[in-house]
Amino acid sequence: MSDHELRVSKIRNGTVIDHVAAGQALNVLAILGIDGSEGEGVSIGMNVPSDRLGRKDVVKVEDRELSQSEVEVLSLIAPEASINIIRDYDVVEKSRVDRPDGVVGLLSCPNRNCITNDGEPIASKFTVVDDGVRCAYCDSIIRDGIADHLDVQT
Amino acid sequence: MRQDHLISAANLSRERIEAVLDRAAAIDADPAAYRQRHAGAVLALCFFEPSTRTKMSFDTAMKRLGGTTVDMGTVESSSVKKGETLADTVRVVEGYADAIVLRHPSEGAAKMASEFVDVPLVNAGDGAGQHPSQTLLDLYTIRERAGLDDLSVGIMGDLKYGRTVHSLAHALTNFDVRQHFISPESLRLPRNVRFDLHEAGAQVREHTDLDEVLPELDVLYVTRIQRERFPDENEYRAVAGQYRIDSETLDAARDDLSVMHPLPRVDEIAPEVDETQYATYFEQAHNGIPVRMALLDGLLTRATEGGR
Ligand SMILES: [Zn+2]
Repeated sequence: MSDHELRVSKIRNGTVIDHVAAGQALNVLAILGIDGSEGEGVSIGMNVPSDRLGRKDVVKVEDRELSQSEVEVLSLIAPEASINIIRDYDVVEKSRVDRPDGVVGLLSCPNRNCITNDGEPIASKFTVVDDGVRCAYCDSIIRDGIADHLDVQT
Repeated sequence: MRQDHLISAANLSRERIEAVLDRAAAIDADPAAYRQRHAGAVLALCFFEPSTRTKMSFDTAMKRLGGTTVDMGTVESSSVKKGETLADTVRVVEGYADAIVLRHPSEGAAKMASEFVDVPLVNAGDGAGQHPSQTLLDLYTIRERAGLDDLSVGIMGDLKYGRTVHSLAHALTNFDVRQHFISPESLRLPRNVRFDLHEAGAQVREHTDLDEVLPELDVLYVTRIQRERFPDENEYRAVAGQYRIDSETLDAARDDLSVMHPLPRVDEIAPEVDETQYATYFEQAHNGIPVRMALLDGLLTRATEGGR
């Protein structure tokens, strides 16, 4: 183990989300709806040196394993992330995130004139395009700052 | 969910466009043959913002097919004013009609509404989004005048908010057409439309000056630049003047250029152009009837066959 990783303490059981783009760690937690109020241990490394990314963030969540849908969502703001499931201090599963084809009910459309912002009985729906996401209703494209449009309950 | 709504020009393949245009040409040639074709059928006109011409055009088209229309009336007089959702409105109206035409101020409204109904739904304009039936009549007019391949088409004016422009640009990617977009910097095509044109491999160039490209155009499609898009009246005047067409402007054009406009115009085309061979906009407006008849005929025929 390199000394970089020692900056974030080891966990016994849970998930390590590594290779998150620098500065996105708090957004990752927001997406997962984790704010520590459930008593789970959370540690974050920000701007950790990385061979692959230059600088990266690392998020460790104790006693929580991510579901497939959580991983998909994560991929929108942290496409380079890798997910390590830890049991009894061992990595039992290691995976890279995959970009999903689309996400439903997760982002709100930045177009204020979009029908999804009109109080209709529908969930927002975005398809994933080359370097962003696109509203399936009004066709608006979000490229930068996808996390700013997260519609997460906190 | 049924697949034969008309929501966006993105739903329009070359095959579907040609089928509608061929049918429109047949109707144009012999309107009497279609007079009783949809006797008894009902078309619902749901216009959540005023558009007298588009509404009249659909109304006329349906009646010339032998059908009738029911009209939601103005928003002020309807239950929408009481806070009913669009989803509820169209689900109720679906029970009255064999097809629905929807005009709505929000982008994506037609797409959403189509998810709640099982009768064909036609988007007659959603905010700054799409206006595909207008596009079909534009294409019909272009085809009558110049054919639809090996063409240079200039589209000028408010390209940012102009839904007729967005639909037309999408649809033209089905054909061998060089598209030239002419607008002030602040009213360029929106990002999502440029994205689609790029994805479709369209031949596209953007200009701020009409002179650069006018001599090579077969078609010049002019749209209105709206005053309310500009915070400052002087800024509007400076811009609008540059994109105004008169007979002097057209000296540099080819003799067979067609000048088109979705109408209504304000002053972007001088009245003196009306008398020239370039003026195609009234013909374009008249084409709305056979084209919308053809569109409705296709949708209602498929709907009946699907029910058997
Ligand atoms: Zn939207």
